[in-house]
Amino acid sequence: MNNRKLLLENIDIQGIESFDIYRKNGGYRSVEKALKKMSPEEIVEEVKISGLRGRGGAGFPTGMKWSFLAKPEGVPRYLVCNADESEPGTFKDRYLMEKLPHLLIEGMITSSYALGANLSFIYIRGEFMYILHILEKAIAEAKANGFLGKNILGSGYDLELRVVPGGGAYICGEETALLESLEGKRGNPRIKPPFPAVKGLWGCPTVVNNVESIAAVVPIVNDGGAAYAQIGIGKSTGTKLISACGNLARPGVYEIEMGMTVEEFIYGDDYCRGIANGKKLKACIPGGSSVPILPHFLVCKTAAGEDRLMSYESLSDGGFASGSMLGSGGFIVFDEDQCIVRNTYNFARFYAHESCGQCSPCREGTGWMEKVLHRLENGHGNMRDIDLLEEINKKIEGNTICPLGDAAAWPVAAAIRHFRAEFEWHVTHPEEAQKRNFGLIQQVVTA
Amino acid sequence: MKRDTTALSSAEKISFSPEMKSQFEEIVQQFPDGKEKSALIRILHIVQTEFGWLSPSAMNSVADYLKIEAIEVYEVATFYTMFHVNPVGTHVFEVCRTGPCMLLGSDHIISYIEDKLKIKVGETTTDGAFTLKTAECLGACGYAPVLQCKYKFHEHLTKEKVDILIDAYRKGIVEN
Repeated sequence: MNNRKLLLENIDIQGIESFDIYRKNGGYRSVEKALKKMSPEEIVEEVKISGLRGRGGAGFPTGMKWSFLAKPEGVPRYLVCNADESEPGTFKDRYLMEKLPHLLIEGMITSSYALGANLSFIYIRGEFMYILHILEKAIAEAKANGFLGKNILGSGYDLELRVVPGGGAYICGEETALLESLEGKRGNPRIKPPFPAVKGLWGCPTVVNNVESIAAVVPIVNDGGAAYAQIGIGKSTGTKLISACGNLARPGVYEIEMGMTVEEFIYGDDYCRGIANGKKLKACIPGGSSVPILPHFLVCKTAAGEDRLMSYESLSDGGFASGSMLGSGGFIVFDEDQCIVRNTYNFARFYAHESCGQCSPCREGTGWMEKVLHRLENGHGNMRDIDLLEEINKKIEGNTICPLGDAAAWPVAAAIRHFRAEFEWHVTHPEEAQKRNFGLIQQVVTA
Repeated sequence: MKRDTTALSSAEKISFSPEMKSQFEEIVQQFPDGKEKSALIRILHIVQTEFGWLSPSAMNSVADYLKIEAIEVYEVATFYTMFHVNPVGTHVFEVCRTGPCMLLGSDHIISYIEDKLKIKVGETTTDGAFTLKTAECLGACGYAPVLQCKYKFHEHLTKEKVDILIDAYRKGIVEN
């Protein structure tokens, strides 16, 4: 299929990280167009028309999020870019920021203008300190060329842009935890409402958007929301950056047009080129570690036997019974040698480690799941443990301030749903399970 | 981790160098008046880069500098995993062990480093050169297995690469 690139088109141009080369290749046109020819309201409208959905994982329509921003008189408004990329399996924002820093800066300027923000922030995970320096250099270049600071391009619009690092905490990718961290505190998520659009950074109306969402505003403003909406399929408009990793022949970041088949993405020559070392596909987590795992027979086809597509709708086709989610686009592939119990334990440990600890169901529940799964993985579990996991799950899900609890519960539930036989085998064959892997499961037809 | 809290409050203050102070100043100025606390995390990164870890003295002095309570610094320093609130070796290897890295053998890399440096995860070599830690997802899953030392990523790790890396750090020839 004809795959258009809207974000990474120029990524291979030598020197594209510098202002001059970026500008020569059409960079900053959206800022010129926005500031000289469009009102902030017109930009919000174009973003609405584009159908762009938040690229951080939740998939909430960006234009709608923008339109919720409260605009009380005399109160500053803020745009905060979420560059805390921490979802296991996801590394697209890092790639974009490292190679195309000016694309993010351009998107930030255009978006800040649309939202009426005069001071905007990029919150980046502390581990990416070297990218913070890349971004600060790009900001200095943009400022030296009149695209930031006072009276940008003679429009009367002022904007300053700052990059702020975190210190290593998955939870800071949750928007209210991010704002707490940006205020110099522990990353404990806030109770919503009030939503950040009403009370966000320092109590002021704030929009928090993912790096890729902000970058997508550039082609939307350049070519119009309608043109963007024509790309993709149904309500999954535009392109999506997919971070492909795990046992793939060619892992990496790919920009795909929404609607490509999962099969082409995994096996296509232009994409991942199949499973590494000629192995077979066992399972796939298509949207970052928080989304449900799919067994091999539900990866390329839906339960109804239709082609599974790379889109919000198709990946979630079948709900939690036989579907998953596009999430952040963190596409993790498992070959036939991988152990699902071990992987489930690994992610449970991750969530137990990353729980901020303020809600008991999550703080305690993630720890219990980690312990129970450790037991199962190491051959000390019993059948009751498998049910116990499901019980703990139900007690975490929906009972916490932020979605980390759900994110910890869903993958465990999905692993048991699709791979119960493998969990049971760990109980019935504790010694064998230490020496070899269970292998592939066969497709079971469920009514 | 249990800490002796008397050691915190009685710790001597330290004075930061003029260069560090001017860096702090630059960061504080990025935020609106009255919102200086937002500079805290980045200042802690600078302090840790300078001293290797965040000692009680250093944390108390940061609190003084930002005119906030010392507890406000401790709670941040202990929340975020990049900050070391106990002494560490000159080079801290943080090896990612989350899902995608595990699929490509991070467990083997970790035990190889343990054997090679004759330490366990969380320990420091007797010469004080290396500390081995594990990290949860470093956001480099496509280049797994991965470790981070200071702010530098080392990707597509193999045992051979680990040998070369340790050697290079010993000789001080890795640019950070």
